[in-house]
Amino acid sequence: MDILSYTAVGLAAAIKEGKTTAVEAMQAVLQKIEETEKTINAYVTIDKEAALQKAAEVQKRIEAGELTGPLAGVPVAIKDNMCTEGVLTTCSSKILENFIPTFSAEAVLNLEKAGAVMIGKTNMDEFAMGSTTETSAFGVTRNPWNTEHVPGGSSGGSAAAVAASECFFALGSDTGGSIRQPASFCGVVGLKPTYGTVSRYGLIAYGSSLDQIGPLTKDVTDCATVMEIIASHDKKDSTSVERKDTDFTSALVEDVKGMKIGIPRDYFGEGLDTEVKEAVLAAARALEEKGAIVEEFDLSLVEYAIPTYYTIAAAEASSNLERFDGIKYGYRTPEYEGLHNMYKKTRSEGFGAEVKRRIMLGSFVLSSGYYDAYYLKALRVKAMIRKAFDEAFAKYDIILGPVAPTTAPKLGESLSDPLKMYLGDIYTISVNLAGLPGISVPCGKDSKGLPIGLQMIADSFEEKKLIRAAYTFERGRA
Amino acid sequence: MRIISDETIEYVGILAKLELSDEEKEHAKKDMGSMLDYIDKLNELDTTGIEPMSHVFKVQNVFREDVVTNGDESEKTLKNAPGEKDNMFMVPKTFD
Repeated sequence: MDILSYTAVGLAAAIKEGKTTAVEAMQAVLQKIEETEKTINAYVTIDKEAALQKAAEVQKRIEAGELTGPLAGVPVAIKDNMCTEGVLTTCSSKILENFIPTFSAEAVLNLEKAGAVMIGKTNMDEFAMGSTTETSAFGVTRNPWNTEHVPGGSSGGSAAAVAASECFFALGSDTGGSIRQPASFCGVVGLKPTYGTVSRYGLIAYGSSLDQIGPLTKDVTDCATVMEIIASHDKKDSTSVERKDTDFTSALVEDVKGMKIGIPRDYFGEGLDTEVKEAVLAAARALEEKGAIVEEFDLSLVEYAIPTYYTIAAAEASSNLERFDGIKYGYRTPEYEGLHNMYKKTRSEGFGAEVKRRIMLGSFVLSSGYYDAYYLKALRVKAMIRKAFDEAFAKYDIILGPVAPTTAPKLGESLSDPLKMYLGDIYTISVNLAGLPGISVPCGKDSKGLPIGLQMIADSFEEKKLIRAAYTFERGRA
Repeated sequence: MRIISDETIEYVGILAKLELSDEEKEHAKKDMGSMLDYIDKLNELDTTGIEPMSHVFKVQNVFREDVVTNGDESEKTLKNAPGEKDNMFMVPKTFD
């Protein structure tokens, strides 16, 4: 069997059985990267020597019986907004072009403890602000299914790396859809956990009340397995939730009998591509045939999610990104007159256009005189959106719909009109506002051969329902 | 479309600590205008009596003893600083 065609769990099992080794797996991935990375550009940083050395160390510990977990020896790619000790972490921004963290993100440490081996850091939209991975300061990432198209974003590098077999799985982060949408565009599985499930310690903040780290994987089994390892209560993240139900792999059960699935009519209206619509509805029928009870309903408030999100996310971003000042780390402008001029020039030269756009909007909505009218208004609508979901989950186990209105757009088509790009987040964004878990699972391809994703959303802390439904759907397609 | 004045963009630039070129300012005015127009959609909703929700779960501030657990990392930390002197961050002169 070609080593690259293993899933993450399959590879770890093969290593355990002695059919292959962590080193061979890493060599195979690095070889693949050598062949395809010039075109795909999924990574910002790869340290081959360190990756091979680490793989050799892990292999020894597997052979010594010290590492026995389901991801031991598996090469993983990490989105470049997660701190990795001693390894360049840029957020795909010029302002962090030379930043070497002194510690690692908790989610990354959890993977390391389990014996996964980092290959490198994946490309993303600058500071996770974007839906195409085109706002990166280090070049665009291309969609492995068709390199004229974007991989989605902001975790586009992670999704493309999984789809192109440039890793066996990856971590991404999701603030408004940044795991689910690129997973959909690249034909892989992506899960955004309930807020607070995965520690945000070491994740460079964008919108702190919305950000969550999650897996991008080849299948649902890998997804549940990675979740089980990265979910942890962390005292270093004050929003971390103590959960006892993180045995996510126990939900890998092929059974949806009696499961109630609601399809929001408001997710199937104007703007939704016909081929996407048909593929998603076909997926709903497939689950119905397996015994799920499927019905349509009105979720309401869908059109208000995007303006609410962009107000809150921009406000939080403007505050979070104040720390980039040319003093403690990162880029500093070469020429300046005095402190304030240094701050301004450093930030103006270091941030890209989309980041500046959101910082300015955020500064405005938080400013005296506008705070109530914009920021507090958005927080009130957020409460209404959460309530709409509460009402839906009183009736349904799962909400099912598309991930995005279209398949992956062509490179260069999205950035000219920011508002239009923001509208592409319509189905994913409210999940973050309401703190819910959401999964993206491949459910077909359009006539151009580009992948289509199915999104399922569950109530807070109900990832297991998502995993069970996604697993059942996946098994039905195999 | 709403018109964003030069003064507003200047003011936001000060708050955001960003220095925009004239061309960037024109872009910013247009972008911010259309975004705010769009955000105004929220005014269609009556939110009287609804509490602003800053956090989706009932969370409380988490307290702990203020004990150092990670040792002295100043050397590693300062390696990232653009300017460093005598184990301290070096900043441009702030007053004469």
